[in-house]
Amino acid sequence: MSSQSAISQDSAPGLPNGSAAAILSAGIGSFTLALLTIVADQSATVKSMLSIYKPTGALSGVTTFAMLAWIVVWAILDWRWRGRNPSLKRINVIAFALLALSLLATFPPLGDLL
Amino acid sequence: MEITTRSLWTLVHGMGFGALYLLACSGAIVLLFLRSATNEHSTPKGDRVLGIYLTVMAAVAWLTVLSGTYIIYPWYRAAPPAGAAHLTAFPRSLLLSNPATKQWHLIGMEWKEHVAWLVPIAVTMAAFIAIKYARDLKHSPPLRTALYGFVATSLFAAGVAGFFGAMLDKNAPVDGGQTIRLVQGE
Repeated sequence: MSSQSAISQDSAPGLPNGSAAAILSAGIGSFTLALLTIVADQSATVKSMLSIYKPTGALSGVTTFAMLAWIVVWAILDWRWRGRNPSLKRINVIAFALLALSLLATFPPLGDLL
Repeated sequence: MEITTRSLWTLVHGMGFGALYLLACSGAIVLLFLRSATNEHSTPKGDRVLGIYLTVMAAVAWLTVLSGTYIIYPWYRAAPPAGAAHLTAFPRSLLLSNPATKQWHLIGMEWKEHVAWLVPIAVTMAAFIAIKYARDLKHSPPLRTALYGFVATSLFAAGVAGFFGAMLDKNAPVDGGQTIRLVQGE
């Protein structure tokens, strides 16, 4: 199957690539949150560094940096993919895999195993 | 009939924003299903309604996590003074002090406080897609899959957070602060 036909099957002609950037960045942002949660849980140094607002503790840093990562990745992907038409099917698979991993990794009994 | 300011905030966060989000999520899933099952809702007006609906959901999701993290959570995790005999005002310490309730914090709160933040990410993305690519939704199955998937995941994550929020409040309620008298007793 040629790349042209893959694109026409995946999305309507001219479907703006911004949707792919939004979808993938949401997956990456979610996964960053899960990753920071695990790292903060396992390292006292990181936990202390992430405590940017003392009353809330490391949760403040985990969520702030995950949100920043999400927005920055979104902006970068949107810029990098301008004029391109990435396969939305493939983007969905990656984004959903990241989202599923985030749900699992934030579950403490599983997160502790990593 | 009285309520404390901390209880009131917990109510606003959980029964207000949180429950509203869960209800809205069910509505969004029905709306998205109807759009895919019939073409009746895939009109410019229907697209606008979906965009507005998901944007309001995103706003509610942000209000929920921000009020939970920055208003209620500091009260929940406040450390009691050394040798404190009564831990009622320190929910986290109260839960950890008893083996029967310890896991509500170690599993419940630890999962809730993080998984809840997946909700605004997922629904903000969904709102963005619904507003900017509303017309493409009709012709692009992968775009619809992404929208449904992220909204459904946000429902699951919000459900987990809501369930544990309710159970935590049952076992160790966040209470205290100024008392507000709602109705004067006789």
